[in-house]
Amino acid sequence: MLGLHGRDLTLFLVVTALVVFAPVILNPFPIGSSLAQFNAGYPDLMQRFVIYGIFAIGFNILFGLTGYLSFGHAAFLGLGSYAAVWMFKLLSMNVIPALILSTVVAGLFALVIGFISLRRSGIYFSILTLAFAQMMYALAYSVLTPITNGETGLQLALDDPRILDGGERPTSLPVTDLFGLEMRETTVLHMGSWEFTIGAGYYFAGILMLIAFYLSIRIFRSPFGMMLRAVKSNQNRMNYTGLNTRPYTLAAFVISGMYAGLAGGLLAAMDPLAGAERMQWTASGEVVLMTILGGAGTLLGPVLGAGLIKYFENIFSKINDGVLHAWFGAVPDGMEDVLVTVFHPFVGKGWHLTLGLMFMAVVIFLPGGLVEGGTRIGRLFRRRGRNAGGAEAEAAAKHPAE
Amino acid sequence: MSRHFTRRGVLRTGAVAAGGLALPTYLRAQESGYTNAPQGDTVVLGFNVPQTGAYADEGADELRAFELAVEHLNGEGDGGMLNTFSNKNLDGTGILGKRVEYVTGDTQTKSDIARASAQSMIQRDGAIMISGGSSSGPAVAVQALCQEAGVIFMAGLTHSNDTTGKDKKANGFRHFFNAYMSGAALGPVLTQAYGEGRRAYHLTADYTWGWTQQASIEAAMGSIGNWEMVENVLTPVGAGDFSSYIAPVLNSGADILVLNHYGGDMVNSLTQAVQFGLRDRQVNGHDFQIVVPLYSELMAAGAGEAIKGVYGSMNWNWQLQDAGSQAFTRSFGEKFGFPPSNAAHTCYVQTLLYADAVARAGTFNPCGVVEALEGRDTPGSLEGIDSESNTGFLFDGLGNGQTLYRAADHQCFKDVLVMKGAEAPTSAYDTLEIVEVTPTAQVWYEPDNPMFEGGDLGECNPGA
Amino acid sequence: MDAFLLQILNGLDKGSAYALIALGLTLIFGTLGVVNFAHGALFMIGAFCAVTLNAILGLSHQVTDPERTDFLGNPLQVDVPYVYDIFGESAGAWILDWSVPLAILLAIPVMLVIGIVMERGLIRHFYKRPHADQILVTFGLAIVLQEIIKAFYGANPIPTPAPDALRGSVDFGAWLGLQAGSVIYPVWRLVYFFFAGIIIAGVFAFLQFTTFGMVVRAGMADRETVGLLGIDIDRRFTLMFGLAAIVAGLAGVMYTPILSPNYHMGMDFLVLSFVVVVVGGMGSLPGAVAAGFLLGILQSFASMNAVKSLLPGIDQIIIYLVAIVILLTRPRGLLGRKGVMEE
Repeated sequence: MLGLHGRDLTLFLVVTALVVFAPVILNPFPIGSSLAQFNAGYPDLMQRFVIYGIFAIGFNILFGLTGYLSFGHAAFLGLGSYAAVWMFKLLSMNVIPALILSTVVAGLFALVIGFISLRRSGIYFSILTLAFAQMMYALAYSVLTPITNGETGLQLALDDPRILDGGERPTSLPVTDLFGLEMRETTVLHMGSWEFTIGAGYYFAGILMLIAFYLSIRIFRSPFGMMLRAVKSNQNRMNYTGLNTRPYTLAAFVISGMYAGLAGGLLAAMDPLAGAERMQWTASGEVVLMTILGGAGTLLGPVLGAGLIKYFENIFSKINDGVLHAWFGAVPDGMEDVLVTVFHPFVGKGWHLTLGLMFMAVVIFLPGGLVEGGTRIGRLFRRRGRNAGGAEAEAAAKHPAE
Repeated sequence: MSRHFTRRGVLRTGAVAAGGLALPTYLRAQESGYTNAPQGDTVVLGFNVPQTGAYADEGADELRAFELAVEHLNGEGDGGMLNTFSNKNLDGTGILGKRVEYVTGDTQTKSDIARASAQSMIQRDGAIMISGGSSSGPAVAVQALCQEAGVIFMAGLTHSNDTTGKDKKANGFRHFFNAYMSGAALGPVLTQAYGEGRRAYHLTADYTWGWTQQASIEAAMGSIGNWEMVENVLTPVGAGDFSSYIAPVLNSGADILVLNHYGGDMVNSLTQAVQFGLRDRQVNGHDFQIVVPLYSELMAAGAGEAIKGVYGSMNWNWQLQDAGSQAFTRSFGEKFGFPPSNAAHTCYVQTLLYADAVARAGTFNPCGVVEALEGRDTPGSLEGIDSESNTGFLFDGLGNGQTLYRAADHQCFKDVLVMKGAEAPTSAYDTLEIVEVTPTAQVWYEPDNPMFEGGDLGECNPGA
Repeated sequence: MDAFLLQILNGLDKGSAYALIALGLTLIFGTLGVVNFAHGALFMIGAFCAVTLNAILGLSHQVTDPERTDFLGNPLQVDVPYVYDIFGESAGAWILDWSVPLAILLAIPVMLVIGIVMERGLIRHFYKRPHADQILVTFGLAIVLQEIIKAFYGANPIPTPAPDALRGSVDFGAWLGLQAGSVIYPVWRLVYFFFAGIIIAGVFAFLQFTTFGMVVRAGMADRETVGLLGIDIDRRFTLMFGLAAIVAGLAGVMYTPILSPNYHMGMDFLVLSFVVVVVGGMGSLPGAVAAGFLLGILQSFASMNAVKSLLPGIDQIIIYLVAIVILLTRPRGLLGRKGVMEE
């Protein structure tokens, strides 16, 4: 089916199922229960999961296959966002032209930056990409404010021209749509004390992520993908055989830049604001961490890594002492205070600490990232004689991160 | 918006048909007509402050203030400013009889993240009002989000003119003062202290807030003190070492250095400027002076000795002697063991003002709240200011004396404090002393002032 | 002329900080081949050694002063440091005043222990792992160290002034025959410059003239052969890591009067220090130092008004621009060796 075989097909179907049922899977706790704090099934975060998933999948095409570690990929994410918001301002609130432009713009910049940076390898390449991205960030934040609106971020305004949308001045800010279907459209399903939010924007982004994921599987399995892997294992040998590897690596760089541009455009399509921080080195570092955390070079890993980091950022940072007291309200008072004191440093304003510890734990105990953990669990099941397919067990064992 | 509702209906039917399992669904919004109408006997507020990054301590202080405000609204503690507030609608039974609960989030002082955090409060936690923040970029971004989502935004610490200028929104309100007011308040005091015709060198943080403050101070000093600007140098945010920007001041012929920096940048630039011996110099027959237009307690603490004798401005300070300020300082100090910062004050007051507006409106509907905060039923105006735009919601007893929430741009007008680094502080908390309480009339401006031009409140949005 | 001189001084000063951090980073890169994202955190911890010593020396007991009142109207509690009780008021005051330089004595053992524990407990297990894993684990460690400091000291910068005697500024103008007061420079920044010079010279001498240094240099060039010769290179590399940590820590201690320390100062320097190391060339200590000073001076000149008015924003991107130009014209940076971190 779709040109996929065996484990790849299973993996793709599992990911599809996860994306389709995410609003349910991510809201396992009933509304009003004290564990509802861990629910992540609201549109904004689910959109972030799939969008950063696209970003990480694209990054993995470059880093996972060729081994070239770009430390400036966030620049393409930011470019995509700026391009999309400008499209909303000038042309139309329809997301299609915006996404096309953001992908194309990011691709063009990737072509130029990649062409220059790929003249060096190893850490020299990393620093070149970092330098380009940092320059773009610094300029977007300050000197280029007329184009980027600097620190505040580029936003829509009531008097934007929006040529294709008729041009009359609306009374409230228009919203992004797909041929009339508003991206913020949601409907809530109530099932007992559970609530599941079905959002148009999430499913639109989810479908694009599935397409991106599908393409990445195809790239991984294609002769082009084989060539990129050969570059990773020994570029010199490739060069000695008389083959110029540069066009292949450049193609990978541009493709992954376009993925980042698409992700940036989607971020703006879901929430029409583009900020310069999206291009900062910390953002570039984040996608590196996502990919390594999930498992560089694996198909599913980057998506899982992206989900996990975004989950921490959005969920753990919101657990405050009040929430802790609510959790431990049932235990005796003295005990409650002890428990709150123990958990306090790791949540709320301490969420970074938990994130740092998790990075270390994963890389120490699961070399190869989260996917490695899944494989190990899968192996465990197989050893017990259960006949679960590798990829399936791998995916099922994961935290439902997308 | 009828189109909107129809499609919701279609989607809903579709979902029921497709889901099969789904119980009869309904939408909260359709019952009430606005986003996140409180369910049951509680109401949820969202406090979105920096908890990581350079402003984490300021965010922590804001959170303390919010916690205190919620306590007081729910009838716990000593009631703080509820006892001094000129409006007596809040009686310690929550808001409209609903107990106040709150959720918190981390803005990281980044527009993007702040918006994501606010979004999760609105979408997941059902927050009906968002407040907090420590920088203008995130404030403007979150304000725009609240406008789109149909909830109220009560800005925390944001000093840029843009928040209630070109980026103002109907659903957003700012209690904090702004860069223009800083300039207007500092103008006479600096002229009196340092004389007319001084030559000023500006170092300005290279982003929107820095620019608006620089322009405001330059204009105010130019017109009031006849000061001349020698140079305005833009410095990168987070530069750390400012020596290469400070050194050129030495031979520029300037006799005043204005540091349009905030937070860590201000701490570093001020400390380093003092190390360069600038304040020991004599230029043009004057003693060289340094001015920091916007102060905060945490910056003062970070700069240590360097701050002595340096002028700046603040929205509020715990050393004020009015009943409201004292009541707040007392309940904050007794709970946490140290006096509140002006960021904490503005957040506390904003929460109370929101609660009072809901009580007066009799509804949580944002459009009702906007009307109440604009004072449409009982318009008030400040004494002694003859202006058509001098109308809005008038109140007193929350520190800063008589205050007007101006209907035209949702900016509070009140007294502004001119501060100076204390020469002999007795503790870590009185490193700044109040030099003058500048009366409102002096910091007044019209909504169409060029520095605030180009914005439009638009219409209030109750969401759907 | 005076403007030029001032910016050269600024450049040398910035350069000293860059060079010191890059030096430590290169020791780890060059000897161990580890991408250490926690190096900025070591710099930060060094700075907090000064803060900690200041806090310890400032430990005090309260004496009630009935004359004055605090913000709640209660009698004011005045703090009297214990050092005053131990050493008498004047000696105690001197010790408090000189706490930043004294912190060097605290920082050396602390950083050595941290460095050795880090290498033995964590880094050692990552020599054979891909660079990506090294990045993830050291980045995680950096966050953890940062958060621990934040839990103790908060996020606000903490003022740590230089000793009173070194707080003023020197007037070079008169010395150089220029107008008096036209070239004045803070004393502490000059102290920092000379301090950096001593540390850099010390590290080079150590590697050049001691047997230990010789073995380490040999190990950098060809680790396996040295191992085959029966030399326990691992133990020496552990010490090397400790040395790198000390260099980073001392750079931090002495920088506190210039930059009030806060918990994320390490992250702020991290990216910059990598750029410096790579521009200098991987595995080259002289390269790292040269690149540090070069970038420091160029950055200072780019901040001059004349340059900025010509090219707005140039001061924000100059370092990256120079990095790109150098890496494109010299494939391995200024003095890099072939084959180090190129794959």
